[in-house]
Amino acid sequence: MSRFSVFLLCAGVALLVVATVIYAQHANIAILDPAGPVALAERNIIFTTLLLCALVVVPVFVMLFAFSWRYREGGHAALHEHHSEWDHYNWVAEVVWWVVPAIIIFILGIIAWQSSHALDPYKPLQANTPSMTIDVVALDWKWLFIYPEQGIASVNLVEFPVGTPVHFYLTADAPMNSFWIPQLGGQIMAMPGMTTQLNLMASRTGDFNGFSGNISGDGFSGMAFTARAVPQTQFDQWVTAAKTGLAPLTESSYASLAQPTEYNPVSYYWPVSVDLFGSVENKYMTPGSGMMMDPASTADGMQGMNMTP
Amino acid sequence: MNWQELIFGKLSWSVLPQNPIAWGGAIYMVACILAVLAFVTFSGSWRWLWKEWFTSLDPKKIGIMYITVAGIMLVRGGVDALLLRAQQATSVGDSFGIVSANHFQQIFSAHGSIMIFFVAMGLMFGLINLVVPLQIGTRDVAFPFLNSLSFWLFFAGAALINCSLLLGDFSTAGWLAYPPLSELQYSPTVGVDYWIWGLQIGGLGSLLSGVNFIATIVKKRAKGMTWMRLPMFTWTTLGSMSLVVFAFPILTVTLALLWLDRTAGMHFFTAGGGGNMMMYVNLIWAWGHPEVYILILPAFGVFSEIVPVFSSKKLAGYTSMVLSIWAIVVLSFIVWLHHFFTMGAEADVNAFFGIMTAVIAVPTGVKIFNWLFTMYRGRIRFTTPMLWFIGFVVLFTLGGVAGVVMAEPPADYELHNSLFLVAHFHTMIVSGVLFGYFAGLTYWFPKFFGFTFDEKWGRRAFWLWLTGFILAFGPLYLLGLEGATRRLDHYSAALGWQPLFAVAGVGAVLIALGFCCQVAQLIASIRKRHANKVGSDPWRGRTLEWSVASPPPAYNFAALPLVHARDQFWAYKHTKIHHDMQAEDFHMPKESAAGLIIATFVFAFGFGAVWHIWWLVIFGALGAIVTALARTFDEDAEYVVTASEIVHREAGLRRDEAITV
Repeated sequence: MSRFSVFLLCAGVALLVVATVIYAQHANIAILDPAGPVALAERNIIFTTLLLCALVVVPVFVMLFAFSWRYREGGHAALHEHHSEWDHYNWVAEVVWWVVPAIIIFILGIIAWQSSHALDPYKPLQANTPSMTIDVVALDWKWLFIYPEQGIASVNLVEFPVGTPVHFYLTADAPMNSFWIPQLGGQIMAMPGMTTQLNLMASRTGDFNGFSGNISGDGFSGMAFTARAVPQTQFDQWVTAAKTGLAPLTESSYASLAQPTEYNPVSYYWPVSVDLFGSVENKYMTPGSGMMMDPASTADGMQGMNMTP
Repeated sequence: MNWQELIFGKLSWSVLPQNPIAWGGAIYMVACILAVLAFVTFSGSWRWLWKEWFTSLDPKKIGIMYITVAGIMLVRGGVDALLLRAQQATSVGDSFGIVSANHFQQIFSAHGSIMIFFVAMGLMFGLINLVVPLQIGTRDVAFPFLNSLSFWLFFAGAALINCSLLLGDFSTAGWLAYPPLSELQYSPTVGVDYWIWGLQIGGLGSLLSGVNFIATIVKKRAKGMTWMRLPMFTWTTLGSMSLVVFAFPILTVTLALLWLDRTAGMHFFTAGGGGNMMMYVNLIWAWGHPEVYILILPAFGVFSEIVPVFSSKKLAGYTSMVLSIWAIVVLSFIVWLHHFFTMGAEADVNAFFGIMTAVIAVPTGVKIFNWLFTMYRGRIRFTTPMLWFIGFVVLFTLGGVAGVVMAEPPADYELHNSLFLVAHFHTMIVSGVLFGYFAGLTYWFPKFFGFTFDEKWGRRAFWLWLTGFILAFGPLYLLGLEGATRRLDHYSAALGWQPLFAVAGVGAVLIALGFCCQVAQLIASIRKRHANKVGSDPWRGRTLEWSVASPPPAYNFAALPLVHARDQFWAYKHTKIHHDMQAEDFHMPKESAAGLIIATFVFAFGFGAVWHIWWLVIFGALGAIVTALARTFDEDAEYVVTASEIVHREAGLRRDEAITV
C-alpha cells in the first residue's frame, strides 16, 4: 500500500465517522425513538441482539486486521512464524468457535421464544384504560379506518387516545399491504379475505408516520398515513367533529371509495353501516364453501385460519 | 377470436414502449445486439463462434459463455439500479422524479429478477463449469450435452426477460411477484408472464445443471479422491447443487400454478374464488430461501480456495468446513418463514423459524473463523482476490449481524419491508456472492486464458466497489431505521430522507465506476497478455486444476490423475510422487447444436405463452421434444482420442514449467 492510499483510507474513515456523528445528532430515527410500549420493547430487542452479536463480531474484526497485518508477506512474522501445515493440533480452537457462537445463539433463541410470545401482535395490551377497537381496510391506495364503537370512519388518518390500548383488525380490499407505524410498533400484513390483528398503544401524544410496507400497485407510495395520539377529551371532540358533515359510509358509498385513487386526502364518514368490515372481508369468500363468516363474529373468527397455507 | 389474435396473440403496435426512458432502453438494447451481429459478421467469425463456442460441449467454454452472459446482464441490472437510485434521490415533495410509479416498479422487479437469476446464477454456473471438472480430475461433466442444454436454456430465459424492454412491459409485482398483485385482476398486462416464463426457462436450466453436477461430483472424481479429499469449492458446489435439486422443483410448480391462475382462470392464489395467496408466499420462499444459499455456498468455496493459497498455508479446520456446509444445506430448508413473520403466524411458529434462522449464523461463523485461522501464521499475499476476501469478511459480518437482528421476530416486525431489510440482503448478496465470484474470476482467470487478470485495474475496481457499496447501502440501513419502506417511487419532503437517498445515489455511481474499472481490467489484461503470460501454476496452487497447462487442453488431463492427498497438487509438489495414471484411449463428446436448437424452441414456446400465441406454443413444445428425441437417438456423439495422439500433443505443451513451492 502506498502512503497516498493509506492517507486516502484514513481520510475516508474519518469522514465516515464525522458524517455519522452529524447524522445522529440531526436525524429523526423513528425506530430508535419509540412512542409506545411495543415499539420500545422491539427496539430493546434490536439493541440486545446487537450487543450479543458484538461478542463475536469484535473478535472477528480484530483478528482479521491483526492477522492481515502481522502475517503479510514481507513482514517479520510471515518470515519467522509461517507454518504451512498449522492446523491439526488445534481442535481446542475448533471447539471454541463452534461452541461460543452456539452459546450466543442459544441465548438469542431464548429471547426469540420469549419475545415472540410476549410481543405477539395478536396479544391485547394491558393498561389501566379499557382498550378500543379500530378496523382497518387497505384499499387501492389508501387506508380506511372504521371505528365500530364510535360509528365513524376516516381515510388516511387514524386518531386514538394516548395511553389507550388500540386493537386493530385488518383486512384488505386490494392486493396485500402491510400496516406499519414505526414509532408505535411493528407491522402486520393486511390481506384480502382474511383478518389479521395488531395491538399498539401510544404512551405520548403526537403525530406519527404510518406506511404500507408491501408493494400494492401504482399508488403504493401514496399509502402513507398519519397516526395521531391525543388526550381523551381531544379524541372525543375529534369524533364529534367527524360526525358534523353527514357522509354515510354504506355499501354503495364504500364501493366508490374503494375505486383506485392516489394520494388520497384525509376524509371522514358518518354514520358507518354496522357490518361493513365483515362484508369487505367476506367479499372474497366463496359462497357455500363453508368459509363465510358471520359478520358479528369477525372480531376473532379468522384467527385460526391465518396461517393455513 | 379473429385471425389477428390467432396469429399474433396479444401482440399489436401498442405494445411498443410508451415513454422516452423505456424507448431509450429498447433502442439501446437493439443497437447493442445489431452492433454485435455486425461485428461478428464483418470479422467473419460466425463459423468460429458456431463451431468453437455455440455448439461446444466443453464445460470450460460453456463456463466462459455463462460468465459472458452474466456480465451483460450485470450491465442491464446495474443500469436498472442506477435508475432506481436516481428516482429515489429526486422524487420527493412536489417532484415526481424521472420515471412513473408503474415504470419504477417494472425497473425494481427487473433489477431483482435479473440480478439473482441471470447474474448471480450465471456467474455461479460459469465458475462451477470452469473449475469443478478440473478440480476433481476428470475430463468432462457427467452429461456433457445436458450441460450445453442448461446453458442455452439459461440464455433463452435471459433473452425472454429482456424482450420486455421492447415488446410490452415487465412485471410490477417485485422480484417474487406476490399474489394477488401478480394475478390477472391487478396485473392484466403481459409483465408477470414475462417474469414467469423467463424464470421458468432459466430455472429449468438450473435444475438440469444441478442434476448434472451432482452426478459429476459423485461419479467422476479421480481415482483416490475420497470424500474427505474433495477440494472445498467442489464440496460447496455439491451442497449448492443438492439445494438446487430440492428447491427448484418448488419454484417450477409455483410459477406454473400462478400462470394457470392468470391464463386458465384458476384460483390457486387469487383473492377470492377460494384462492390462498399465503400458500404462494410459503411456496415461493420455500424455494427462495434455499436459493440464497445456492448462491452463497460456492462463493464460500471460492474463499476456501483463495485464502489457503494466498496465505501459503493449508485450510484450517477442513472437517469443520465440510460439516458447516451441510449444516447450512439442511438448515436453509427450515427457515423460509422468516421472510414473512409479519403475516400473522402464531408466536410458536414465528419463534421456531426465528431460532432456526439464528442457528444458521453458527456454521457461517465457523467458516469465517476458519478462514481467519488459515491466515494465522500464514504468509499472506494481498492480491486482488485477497482484497475481495477482506472486503467480504468486513461487510458480510456486519450484514450477518443485521440478519441475526431480524431473526428475532419482534425486531423483524419493525424492520421487515423497510430499507434496512433491503440493505441487509444486498450486503449478503453483493459482498458474499458477488465479491466471492469476482475473487474467483480473478483467481482462476490465468488458468483459462494463460495470462493474469490485471492487478492494477482490479485494485481500483475493488476500492470503488467497496466505498461505493458502503455509501450506497449504509444510508439504506439508516433510512430503514427512520421508517422508510422499500419500493417507494416517491416520498414526502417532510420526512427528511432526501440527503440519505442522495448519498446512496453517489454510492451507486461509484459502484458503476467500479464496474467500468473491471471492463478496463479485462481490456488491459488482453492488451498485456504477452507480458503477463503465466505457466500452469501462477499462484502456487494446491488443487489439481493448477497441475494442467494454462489454458488447459480440451480433454483437461492427458492421463487422469491419481489422488493420494487432500491438496493433491501441493502434495505432489512436495513429495514429487508421480500422480498421473497411465495414458489410455478415451472418448470425448462431439460438438452439438441440439442444445441451442432446443433452447430456441423453448424460447418460442415461452414467447408464445407470454403473448398467448398458441400456435407458437405448440410449435415450440413439439420442436423441443422432437429435437431432444432426435439427439437421444444420435449414436455418433463421441470421438476417440488415442493414447499415442495424446503423448504426441502433450510433447508440444510445456507442463509444470515453473512449479514453485
